Amino acid sequence: MIDVSFLDPFQNLTIPVGEWVESVLNYLVHNFRDFFRAARWPIDQILDLVESILSFIPPLIGILLSALFGWQVAGPRMGVFCAITLTMLGLIGVWEQSMVTLSLVITSLFFCVVIGVPLGILSARYDRVEKTIRPILDAMQTLPAFVYLVPVVMLFGIGNVPGVLVTIIFALPPLVRLTNLGIRQIPEDKIEAARAFGCTKQQMLVKVQLPLATPTIMAGVNQTLMLSLSMVVIASMISVEGLGQMVLRGIGRLDMGLATVGGLGLVLLAIFLDRLTQAMGEQSNSSGAVRWYQVGPIGLVLSWFDSSAKQNVATPQTKATQE
Amino acid sequence: MSNTQEILEVNNVFKVFGDAPDQAMDMLRNGATKEQVLSETGQNVGVFDASFTVKRGEIFVIMGLSGSGKSTLVRLLNRLIEPSSGSIKLKGQNITNLKDKDLLNVRRQDMSMVFQSFALMPHMSVIENAAFGLEISGIDKKTRHQRALTALEQVGLGSYAHSRPDQLSGGMQQRVGLARALANDPTILLMDEAFSALDPLIRYEMQGELIRLQKEQERTIVFISHDLDEAIRIGDRIAIMEGGRIVQIGTPQEIMNNPADDYVASFFKGVDATKTIKVKDIAQKDALTVSSTSSADVALTEASGQFAYLLDDGGRFVGVSPITQGKSSTVASLMSERLSAQYSLNASTSLKESISIVSESPYPVPVLDDKGVYQGTLSKDHILATLANN
Repeated sequence: MIDVSFLDPFQNLTIPVGEWVESVLNYLVHNFRDFFRAARWPIDQILDLVESILSFIPPLIGILLSALFGWQVAGPRMGVFCAITLTMLGLIGVWEQSMVTLSLVITSLFFCVVIGVPLGILSARYDRVEKTIRPILDAMQTLPAFVYLVPVVMLFGIGNVPGVLVTIIFALPPLVRLTNLGIRQIPEDKIEAARAFGCTKQQMLVKVQLPLATPTIMAGVNQTLMLSLSMVVIASMISVEGLGQMVLRGIGRLDMGLATVGGLGLVLLAIFLDRLTQAMGEQSNSSGAVRWYQVGPIGLVLSWFDSSAKQNVATPQTKATQE
Repeated sequence: MSNTQEILEVNNVFKVFGDAPDQAMDMLRNGATKEQVLSETGQNVGVFDASFTVKRGEIFVIMGLSGSGKSTLVRLLNRLIEPSSGSIKLKGQNITNLKDKDLLNVRRQDMSMVFQSFALMPHMSVIENAAFGLEISGIDKKTRHQRALTALEQVGLGSYAHSRPDQLSGGMQQRVGLARALANDPTILLMDEAFSALDPLIRYEMQGELIRLQKEQERTIVFISHDLDEAIRIGDRIAIMEGGRIVQIGTPQEIMNNPADDYVASFFKGVDATKTIKVKDIAQKDALTVSSTSSADVALTEASGQFAYLLDDGGRFVGVSPITQGKSSTVASLMSERLSAQYSLNASTSLKESISIVSESPYPVPVLDDKGVYQGTLSKDHILATLANN
């Protein structure tokens, strides 16, 4: 007996992590429930706003707007592509659910950007911050979602808002990492030149670091969007609505049709968002001589206004010469 | 006070790289060498006891091979790298102990830098790049674009204002880098191997461009180079660096004639002497000069040579007339007998470049400064005598 316990000390020697977590959680739930309820508020506001806008727009107008947006950021082909994917979403009958999912994804993206970009900037500036948050980011990405799904429900309840919260936890890391990377990989000579011309830290960030890191940050935004979409299905377990719930319900009832339609909707949405953000990233990569307002539908409208204004100026002159 | 000749004064500046510079500095103060410091403390001495002054309007070249500390030294001047000890005075003001805010102002107004790698911002157009320093100083968009455009025109890129830097060739990109520095109208221009990344033909062209700009604007320039030909061509004075130490400072000709040690001598071994000698250094002052506005007769008895050089009130060269020994003449007649052939040399021309002009000229060629003021003459005989001495 003694030999066995000597060679295998873990029979008696254990750290009761599980018990600790449970007691901490119980303590939090009993004493700070109101605090966590209050923490829902900002997410609730943004989510409500986005959802009401998206559900208010009729499908045809929505398709048209997205096509125009796609055209603006990446040319007419992207516009057509956007129109096709969104039309497909409507045709397979998941428009409403798609809009709910889209508003969840946009809301979580909003909070990921608000939290992630500053965190990325900080960790690019201070090595200690990077060292500290790196293991936390690792945990956020690798910890199975089911593990924190339960505590989130206990603290925040169920529904769309806690759903956004778990999505943020899962989708935040790549944006922080890529913002950090984007700023750190800026060539040293550009930084040195900016310093030599008397940049303050603030000016360095706004005028040099962020613009030069934009393509990488946009890649982070793209990754965050993709991860948010994949999280939506898991989040549907805590009663998050939208496409994820279709999939979950389909699996639960062994209704493969329903599940496939929901899955297809997610894929279409993913392709739509992926292409759009990638195009935006490339756009920021090659900014320069041509301004954004000189191309696409806005450029078209502006140039039309421009030429009509010139004509208006020109007409009285010709009249004058005729007289 | 700003009219003093010395615009930049560097005194006993050291830079120690490493985690314990104080210990290394103590050793250096007690007379330790760079090698002793490295072996005992592991601290690397980048710049060792550098002292020099830069005069207003000169191009001061800091020359050395890679690893000699020249790039570190130029970064100490605007404190991109903090000096470990010593003082750097700009227009009499010590900038080594400036607070952050004042240091930023020095960088914004007094010192602009041009980089070997150009270091242009790829997300900005050419004119935005040229206006970068002004933008940082908070100058409004209209003014800064105006000044940036002027600077771009000075370097011959006015028509490329709205291009992107990556659409330009290397030489043109460095012109943008130069325009960015000029737009700030700095007291001192720091150029860190500014032309080293360019191919030889473009480099030569850019050197000519810099010399031309220097004639127009009389900037004060600290130029870092590893290329001796470049240093001799553009430099008024050269500081030679070796292993973090300045081994010699002087005009190209001074260094060439009296190298401080074997290292410097070996450096200059292959150099064509006629390139280092400027005509102003060998011009002779013994020719007869006549003020063209005076009405008095000119006695030509004491005159040496066969030509009289006519100058206006400001001492500017007007023309040259043949004279006959032992006769006197009036200024008016001299003026009317002026030779139609007009030869003259700029004072900063090298001896090598002057030879063809002097050989063509029927009279000793007058040497003039940038404003046309007469400095002396250069004859064929004198060139031969100079060459014989070197």
